[in-house]
Amino acid sequence: MATLPPGVSSADFSTALEQFAEAVGPDWVFSSDEDVALYRDAYSPFWGEEQELVASAAVSPTRVEEVQEVVRVANQYQIPLYPISTGKNLGYGGSAPSYSGSVVVDLKRMNRVLEINERNASCLVEPGVSYFDLYRAIQDQGAKLWIDCPDPGWGSPIGNSLDHGLGYTMNGYRDHFDAHCGMEVVLANGEVLRTGMGALPGSKTWQEYKYGFGPHIDGMFSQSNFGIVTKMGFWLAPEPEAFRTDSVKVYKYEDLIPLMDTVSYLVNSGIMNGRGTFGSPLTRNSAKDPALEELLSRPGGPDPRALERYAAENDVPYWTTDLRFYGLEKANDAHAEYAREKFSAIPGAKFEEGPRHRFPLTPEQQKTADHIVDFGIPNMTVFSGLAMQFRTSDNPNFGDLFYAAVIPKNGEAVFEAQRVFTEVASEFDLPLRFFSSLPSTWFPRAVVMLFSLPVSRNIEINKKTRAAFQRLVQVSEEHGWGEYRAAPAFQDLVMNAYSFNNNVLRRFHETVKDAIDPNGILSPGKSGIWPKRLRDA
Amino acid sequence: MNLFKTTLFFSLSCLVNQAFAQDAMVEHGNEVYLHWCAPCHDDGPRRAGTLALQFVYKGERPAVLDERTDLLPEYTKLIVRNGISIMPPFRKTEINDEELDALAAYLARNNN
Ligand SMILES: Cc1cc2nc3c(=O)[nH]c(=O)nc-3n(C[C@H](O)[C@H](O)[C@H](O)COP(=O)(O)OP(=O)(O)OC[C@H]3O[C@@H](n4cnc5c(N)ncnc54)[C@H](O)[C@@H]3O)c2cc1C
Repeated sequence: MATLPPGVSSADFSTALEQFAEAVGPDWVFSSDEDVALYRDAYSPFWGEEQELVASAAVSPTRVEEVQEVVRVANQYQIPLYPISTGKNLGYGGSAPSYSGSVVVDLKRMNRVLEINERNASCLVEPGVSYFDLYRAIQDQGAKLWIDCPDPGWGSPIGNSLDHGLGYTMNGYRDHFDAHCGMEVVLANGEVLRTGMGALPGSKTWQEYKYGFGPHIDGMFSQSNFGIVTKMGFWLAPEPEAFRTDSVKVYKYEDLIPLMDTVSYLVNSGIMNGRGTFGSPLTRNSAKDPALEELLSRPGGPDPRALERYAAENDVPYWTTDLRFYGLEKANDAHAEYAREKFSAIPGAKFEEGPRHRFPLTPEQQKTADHIVDFGIPNMTVFSGLAMQFRTSDNPNFGDLFYAAVIPKNGEAVFEAQRVFTEVASEFDLPLRFFSSLPSTWFPRAVVMLFSLPVSRNIEINKKTRAAFQRLVQVSEEHGWGEYRAAPAFQDLVMNAYSFNNNVLRRFHETVKDAIDPNGILSPGKSGIWPKRLRDA
Repeated sequence: MNLFKTTLFFSLSCLVNQAFAQDAMVEHGNEVYLHWCAPCHDDGPRRAGTLALQFVYKGERPAVLDERTDLLPEYTKLIVRNGISIMPPFRKTEINDEELDALAAYLARNNN
């Protein structure tokens, strides 16, 4: 056995493993080096180094009672646990724990879709249900419902939403935690808690109404170490009739400001119910033109005026936005027409109609349509981007580390972020073009600047990635931006930035942690929340 | 003579049973493949696994995994449990040992 939970004797650990085996069956406790290695974070930027976060064992229950028993045993022997649902959090820590030596509680085998309610457009699932599984269950039942999934379909509604994950369909569904309704949680003392209306025995509205009565505590179980979530309800969208996408092209650098404002207006007033995404053909096409490539890779970042000239000479837009409308075809057309009028206020803006679809898509469309997560269909095509990096690099990536900062949704803020992040890119010799890239628009009122930093099996590259990550956090903090999510190895760093009033937020979490998990067994260090015994150590 | 017939009957039925068992295993392996591998390894567009294998083999071997005729079961198991490049390993709670045997048998079904 390579790793023991710190402070636990090997005799106690063996006894605990035996008791775990009594709870879940001997086949579902993993403690050989070979089996435990399956829980390493395949995209760890600490791969093979001493600081790599690694498990001591894993245990895989199938029922809530088994989870309770695992928690009781862990309390008895002070064994740190780390729950995962599908364990696919690659880029944000994978299936490895937040504290080395923890026993991973692998909930993949709790994989029942407990309810699909077409009338209420909701579902109730266990943690091991993946987006692929949920999609299939809905199809099998013939329900006309859409899920909203992240790019990789192998993750889970529960794991993804607990880490505040995001998807691509309609407003109100893309923020997966926001779209949940009702949870069941095994607390650190082994008790089972149900939130919202679920606290009412015989409740008829657990997936209908979120708040129940009294403080709404669901958020305390996301990105936290306060409990092990064993069930969650989610609201689903009724399948829309149709979809249309249109794009708007603008030609001046500063045009991004009215472009973003107009998109925000359309979203916030309910006229556009899909994402408005931003892009720049200048950065996309650079590989095809060395002159453009030179402009883009100018030390310190590209000169906007030079790029504007290039855009004018080559009749290429500086910025574009793609608009998405879901719903009745007639309503989509009316909304798009209104959007066209709004954008015409930007001098020189061109509005172009794009592809339209009616649902359900044919099997052929499903196989070939672009970005089918826009239609709630889980798939894995996003990894083709990483596979292409593998093709082109001398030092192939073995994955990536995501840095994801929340920035105000306006053009001025994006310009500032681009400038600031470009400086960091120069400092760490990272591709500048990437750092002047455009923000992602999962959220309705903020954008995310998402950078994927290279992870390799080459320690020097990984060290640089780590240093760049730290610097990005630091400069973000200086500018009033914070990360929405980060891998456990960086969660202390990220949480430290949320320091208003002498870190009162983190101190509040610690107070809760000590009260509900006095032995500090659940995910120590998760989101920078350490139990008392490890804070003092 | 009777003994000979009986023995022959038993041997044949064992062979038939084995063949059935093998078929069932390959069929089960196909299900595992469709669930876990096809999303990156089938012949659709932007399939990460297929793109990577196109690059590695440059047409010398099929890029679509289940068209291969040279995948030894041990090799399939090694890759599934260790991962390769950006493909992470799969845990036993995802693909258990029995499913992995079936998957390996499926991918080896057309081996020369
Ligand atoms: C190329 C690429 C693209 C990606 N695209 C997206 C994207 O579009 N959107 C997006 O959101 N993410 C994306 N990701 C990140 C990640 O892959 C997904 O968010 C994925 O869904 C997370 O893994 P999971 O669902 O298996 O959750 P898990 O790994 O199971 O869980 C995530 C974390 O939540 C906590 N947790 C999980 N289950 C429980 C529980 N039952 N109780 C208590 N705590 C728990 C644990 O801390 C765990 O580490 C991408 C990653 C890559 C590599």
